[in-house]
Amino acid sequence: MSVVAISPPPLLPALDRVPRVDEVGVEERVARFCSRSIKKESKVQALKLALSMIDLTTLEGQDTHGKVTQLCQKAIHVHDALPGLPHVAAVCVYPTMVAVARQALCGHDIKIASVATAFPSGMAPLGVKLEETRLAVQEGADEVDMVISRGAFLEGDYGRVFDEIIAIKEACGPARLKVILETGELGTLDRVRRASTLAMHAGADFIKTSTGKIQPAATMPVTLVMLHAIRDYYHATGRRVGMKPAGGISRAKQAIQYLVMLRETLGEGWLTPQWFRFGASSLVNDILMQLEKQSTGAYQSADYFSKD
Amino acid sequence: MTRPESRLRFDTDWKYSAAPESTDHIRVDSQYELFIGGKFIAPGARQYFESINPASEKVLARVARADRGDVDRAVIAARRAYDRSWSKLRPAERGKYLYRIARMLQERAREFAAIESLDGGKPIRESRDVDVPLAAAHFFYYAGWADKLEYAFPGRRATPVGVAGQIIPWNFPLLMAAWKIAPALACGNTVVLKPAETTPLTALKLAELTRDVDLPPGVVNIITGAGDTGAALVEHADVDKIAFTGSTEVGKQILRRLAGSGKHYTLELGGKAANIVFADAAIDQAVEGIVNGIFFNQGHVCCAGSRLLVQESVADEVIAKLKERMATLIVGDPLDKNTDIGAINSAAQLEKIEQYLRIGQAEGGEMYQSPCSLPETGYWCRPTLFSGVAQSNRVVQEEIFGPVLAIQTFRSLEEALDKANNTPYGLSGGVWTDKGAKIFKMTRALRAGVIWANTFNKFDPSAPFGGYKESGMGREGGLHGLGAYVELH
Repeated sequence: MSVVAISPPPLLPALDRVPRVDEVGVEERVARFCSRSIKKESKVQALKLALSMIDLTTLEGQDTHGKVTQLCQKAIHVHDALPGLPHVAAVCVYPTMVAVARQALCGHDIKIASVATAFPSGMAPLGVKLEETRLAVQEGADEVDMVISRGAFLEGDYGRVFDEIIAIKEACGPARLKVILETGELGTLDRVRRASTLAMHAGADFIKTSTGKIQPAATMPVTLVMLHAIRDYYHATGRRVGMKPAGGISRAKQAIQYLVMLRETLGEGWLTPQWFRFGASSLVNDILMQLEKQSTGAYQSADYFSKD
Repeated sequence: MTRPESRLRFDTDWKYSAAPESTDHIRVDSQYELFIGGKFIAPGARQYFESINPASEKVLARVARADRGDVDRAVIAARRAYDRSWSKLRPAERGKYLYRIARMLQERAREFAAIESLDGGKPIRESRDVDVPLAAAHFFYYAGWADKLEYAFPGRRATPVGVAGQIIPWNFPLLMAAWKIAPALACGNTVVLKPAETTPLTALKLAELTRDVDLPPGVVNIITGAGDTGAALVEHADVDKIAFTGSTEVGKQILRRLAGSGKHYTLELGGKAANIVFADAAIDQAVEGIVNGIFFNQGHVCCAGSRLLVQESVADEVIAKLKERMATLIVGDPLDKNTDIGAINSAAQLEKIEQYLRIGQAEGGEMYQSPCSLPETGYWCRPTLFSGVAQSNRVVQEEIFGPVLAIQTFRSLEEALDKANNTPYGLSGGVWTDKGAKIFKMTRALRAGVIWANTFNKFDPSAPFGGYKESGMGREGGLHGLGAYVELH
């Protein structure tokens, strides 16, 4: 007879004890990050780091095998004209496209992330969400990007949101779970902070701002509040949780500002694609354009950078 | 609170490259004379002192030392300008000159910011984003009042006071010059201004600027020197008003000298502000406010939040987060755009701060300093905390004027108020809570001239500034600031 150690299920954290957030103060802090002057070697380093953190994404009703395959080519050959570039961290697709991406990325160290749980609205019964999650993982997803039930959260039914994340995490098996809060629908930074804490206690490996389908998507104030939540959770439990701002980050300059914020909030441990991602697609070429500028001294036409 | 194994590491592989502000565009002469009657003239005794860069200890310029005779010349020039031109000018014309100064300051903002950082040691980020823009804003603000004084004092007639003697400190050299000169000129007064001995350069550049905008000669006179120059100005019989910003100690000496003279005066003196953090505050933003409150301008701020009062139930959390935040502060070259904390203004001030560090430790306080590296030359002080200290300790009672924070805990709102008010000072204060009612309760009962709620060290030309008790008399800024430069009939 073997003894199986059963770890107790996670408990819903006391959300009334989550620190309050002052929006004006957050915006002021963000302005400080944005006023950092990142030049020369530190700029090149930041651009390469940002590139290596990108989840190259296509999440559209019109996605086809062709589109996904071509996106994967971009992920592999991001800009061969410039040697020494890192590859992007992952491609992010719908569950039905995971197999296509799997095949296209065969032999490359690029992760496959799949959205699931009735993305982007999350308006489906739990059973359907679990089934979709299992399918994505079976097809070969390394990472699952789920959405929380914002309706339940806004109703104050935190227990349901919490239990759903626990269930999805279990369905993920070995795949890492990113929990999308859809902060544009939560409305206040106080709710963002609570939802972050709730998701981490339920087992999220990453917390993520947005689906990209709702405006506003990722913003620096929202991301800073989530980074603060990650820091406090890390101090309390010793467990690292990753961060993924997604949607609305299309310029290299913005990406560098996010990295400054990350560096000065969480430090060295998070300055890696393992713990920080950008959910973006057009960001790639702007970073490449800046890197070319740094190496040649001149900006090149957009036609010199591949669009897939 | 913070488990040792979960400590964050900020000595990252990705470092910020040096980003120095260029100094090619600025001009600092090797020698500066006294600015009297619209001209730069050599001091009678031909004596000079050196102004040095506190970050490199190198001499920036030789500056004239005004003696009693020079002060007299400056006051005569100011009186003549007052009698012959300035007091007779149409108010709207006075306003035009002030607008012109404001615009010219904006145009030359980069030059003024760089010189301010070179001469005083403050980070370029602050001189660029705070000192210079605020100085221009003060000229704009008071320019607008110049022809509207009848609305400022309804039903009364406001006339200028005459010649104002103005003595300013070294912590915000250009900004303090603007605080003093703008309202005085708007109301029709002329001025003799003495900048601090360690930071005379931006005031002298401002003198050049007043010449460039064709301000009538003698309306603004800038005389440089040390304490005896200031004393001669205070004692001059033909000065109608003294405006002083500086230490409480010197303020008291000035007040003794002014007794019975009939001169008007405003004194803006020291402080030891309580920054009060309640358990229900937005903690992460409060921590940021504590940092801005005490480390802004190396703590060389009369309204600095130098006493942290934190509710006991969150004290450990706040202190842990404060220490973590301090680890990311960049201390060093004031001209680097990424520097958060620059050089201590002078060797004398550094010695004074270090003396308080010794006192604090001898009193039994627990000292914590951020782990940053410091440059080899120049005057530097690591951001410092003293915890485990009480109202009975000197580091809690006395103004240190450096990046040194004394931390005490409290249990109830009443206890916080008691401790906050238990000081001879009363210049400023901060309250951090998510509860509006608590803010009103605190701000009514705190005996301080300026109180910030859920923020700290915010300045605006329209807001009056000044202290209770030993923090001074009179108000500067806003409508109240006009009152100090007019006679009302």
